[in-house]
Amino acid sequence: MNVTWLLAWRNLWRHSRRTWLTVAAMVFCNVLLIFLISLQLGSYTMMIDNTLGTFSGHIQVQHDGYLDQQKMRQTVPAAAELAQTLRGQDGIAAASARGIAFALASSEERSFGIQVVGVEPAHEPAVSTFPGLVKQGRFLAPDAGADSDEIVIGAILADNLKVGLGDELTFLGSGRDGSFAAAVATVVGVIDTGFDEVDRSIAEVPLAWFQQVFTMGNHGHSVVLRVNDFDAVPQQVAATRQLLADDAALVVLDWDALQPGLRQAITSDMASAWFMYGVLIVLVAFSVLNTQLMSVLERTREFGVMLSLGMGPGKLARLVGLETLMMSAIGLAFGVLLGGLLVWYLSFAGFYFPGMEEMGKRFNLPARMYPELSLLAILWGPATVFLFALLAALYPALRLFRLQPVPAMRAA
Amino acid sequence: MRGAVATVMVLAWRNLWRNYRRTLIMLAAITVGIWAMIFMAAMMRGMTDQIIENTLNTLPGEVQLHHLDYRRDPSVVNRMPAPSAALREALAAPPAVAWAARVRVPAVVASERDSRGVVLLGIDPQREAALGSLPEKIIEGRFLEGIDDRGVVLGASLARRLETGLGKRVVLMSQDPDNNVADRGARVVGIYKARLQGTEDVFVYSGLAVTQGMLGVGSDVSEIAVTADDYRLMGDWYQPIARVAGAGVEVLPWPQLDNFLDSLLRVQDGFSLVFMVVIFLALSFGLVNTLVMAVFERIREIGLMQALGMRPGLILAQVLVESIYLLCLGLLLGNVSAWLTIKPLESGIDISAVAQGVEKMAMGTTLYPALVVQDMVMSTIVVLGLGLLASLLPAWRAARLDPIRALSRH
Repeated sequence: MNVTWLLAWRNLWRHSRRTWLTVAAMVFCNVLLIFLISLQLGSYTMMIDNTLGTFSGHIQVQHDGYLDQQKMRQTVPAAAELAQTLRGQDGIAAASARGIAFALASSEERSFGIQVVGVEPAHEPAVSTFPGLVKQGRFLAPDAGADSDEIVIGAILADNLKVGLGDELTFLGSGRDGSFAAAVATVVGVIDTGFDEVDRSIAEVPLAWFQQVFTMGNHGHSVVLRVNDFDAVPQQVAATRQLLADDAALVVLDWDALQPGLRQAITSDMASAWFMYGVLIVLVAFSVLNTQLMSVLERTREFGVMLSLGMGPGKLARLVGLETLMMSAIGLAFGVLLGGLLVWYLSFAGFYFPGMEEMGKRFNLPARMYPELSLLAILWGPATVFLFALLAALYPALRLFRLQPVPAMRAA
Repeated sequence: MRGAVATVMVLAWRNLWRNYRRTLIMLAAITVGIWAMIFMAAMMRGMTDQIIENTLNTLPGEVQLHHLDYRRDPSVVNRMPAPSAALREALAAPPAVAWAARVRVPAVVASERDSRGVVLLGIDPQREAALGSLPEKIIEGRFLEGIDDRGVVLGASLARRLETGLGKRVVLMSQDPDNNVADRGARVVGIYKARLQGTEDVFVYSGLAVTQGMLGVGSDVSEIAVTADDYRLMGDWYQPIARVAGAGVEVLPWPQLDNFLDSLLRVQDGFSLVFMVVIFLALSFGLVNTLVMAVFERIREIGLMQALGMRPGLILAQVLVESIYLLCLGLLLGNVSAWLTIKPLESGIDISAVAQGVEKMAMGTTLYPALVVQDMVMSTIVVLGLGLLASLLPAWRAARLDPIRALSRH
């Protein structure tokens, strides 16, 4: 072992209590950062999955302008065929065509204005979680065609309309060409997602039937895509756009365009999180600065002797640097170990903050959070703390260059 | 004894500045910590205030009266009679400052181009104005003039989607109590802009009497809203109203009307406290470290003082007072810097870059941080209370030193 290393190691333990306290500050901060960052990344993944997985998908093909105006006549021609083609593309996990129309739905007792969504019964379950959440009855039959008048509706909507399985609903609306559209459908399933907003409004019918009732021909309003790899969305958007190059009226929208709130919710959450991380890291850096400055000042005489014996100030500075390095490394090791264990435990046990359910619902998050165990989340915080601890030692180390051997040896 | 206390105070103060570099670094750390505590709390409070204000503005009235089944099933069937004389009196009694009765039912509005599902509000403009629940800004035309106004007022976003505009006709459709389609044609007399786009898409205003006529419900209403002009005013001030409201009507204050707001408020206070404690814990290591080193450097001196007859209690006090000085200086600087940074921001921070993300929480495009005494007091209590607790250990160790051993160190 190099003599400088040995010296640094021994110096570190001259005031073992002080060293341990500083290390404890680092470990505390590291564990906290690991926990918070894991929780944060975990919640973002969940937010994205839950928000996009329910209905909107990762990518949609729509008529230009439909996203903003949602006009009946802004359609995608041959929607089901397009979905079929897209299903065959590399990297696309699922594709399903939809049509959306606004109609007045009436039961025996009640009438409500609702959005009726025409879906491909066989493919919808692959792009949306709603079909899987049918709590009563069943989802639309996979082979339901134009003559099938099945409909599934949300639980609250069913409640409000006072209908149950087997009851009929009458629709009044207008078709794509502006003509009067009316039809009767039979409730075959009730969807209960637990989210009031969805349960109050969702109504799904077979696309073929929808096209017939609303005089859509073979048109739809969107083709919803799910990709295999979330990070490859931009490439998939480009590839899909290429495929549709000959139809200028169609646009390919990624999830950020479909759910503009999502990325921003994440951004705003990140901003407040970074503020907290920054403060924690600065506080630890102060702690290290204090410790190292003290340890340099109390050794003024000793350093004076070493200087006069011919040790250069650079070597002394390196010594202080090494001490900090060792101390920070201990903090890093313990921090990563404890933080990793904590997150590993919570990643299957879950974490709960009282009162969080209501908050979580707004962002499609469950009440119990499961942090995400990942190398990035575990190493990012401690590595930054490590770096800032080293930076904090710069000032005490640089002071050594101003040290004059003789006055230093005379110092009290 | 008085002299002893004074001596301890002076000694502690001088001790603090013996190693001024260490004290200054620690002071800087405490200042940053306290600044962060207050700053974060002010931001969160500003956010909560705004969420609550915006939400209450779209469902105005801190206390609302409904038919028992209305909130579960907001249909015209679940309506209640217009307020009786006794109820009117209770609604007007202080601290309530204004009330309004409205019809609020799901409806469809159709233009010649398109149709949408909306919430139709049949209102009394004068009463709603007193309640402060009118749309933020009328950008075209005028607002309704009375309960007999036959026009409708739409949100700008809805008008765009329906491709309709000022002076055009739209058809309102809903159901009457017997589930017959109730409809009427109306001219768009005004277009409003709201802070949240969601509001513009949903609410359509129409005269109360005209709406009651269309639905065929006589003078019945769906909702009565009362305000005392301060949402923080909790407690039971609405109880007298509940007493005269009669059976079949529920009277609820806003925390029960909107669980999200209620849990938001509770979570916010809890979160502020957690944040403060966490920041303090990060600080406490440095604080304890500083005191431990201060005691360590002075072992001989403390031994000498004890040998000369200073009692351990005073030595303990000396270390504690030194810590209090440090914490108080830090608190002062931290609070002042927090005040200096937050005050200029109170006119609002532009967060329109993330507006759609926070709209889910009913936030607008500007964040107004709110610096309140409560948060400053809370941070002071956390820092002083936990700070003293953390200083006890080194102080206690100093007081327990054996004078002979201490003197013979070195």
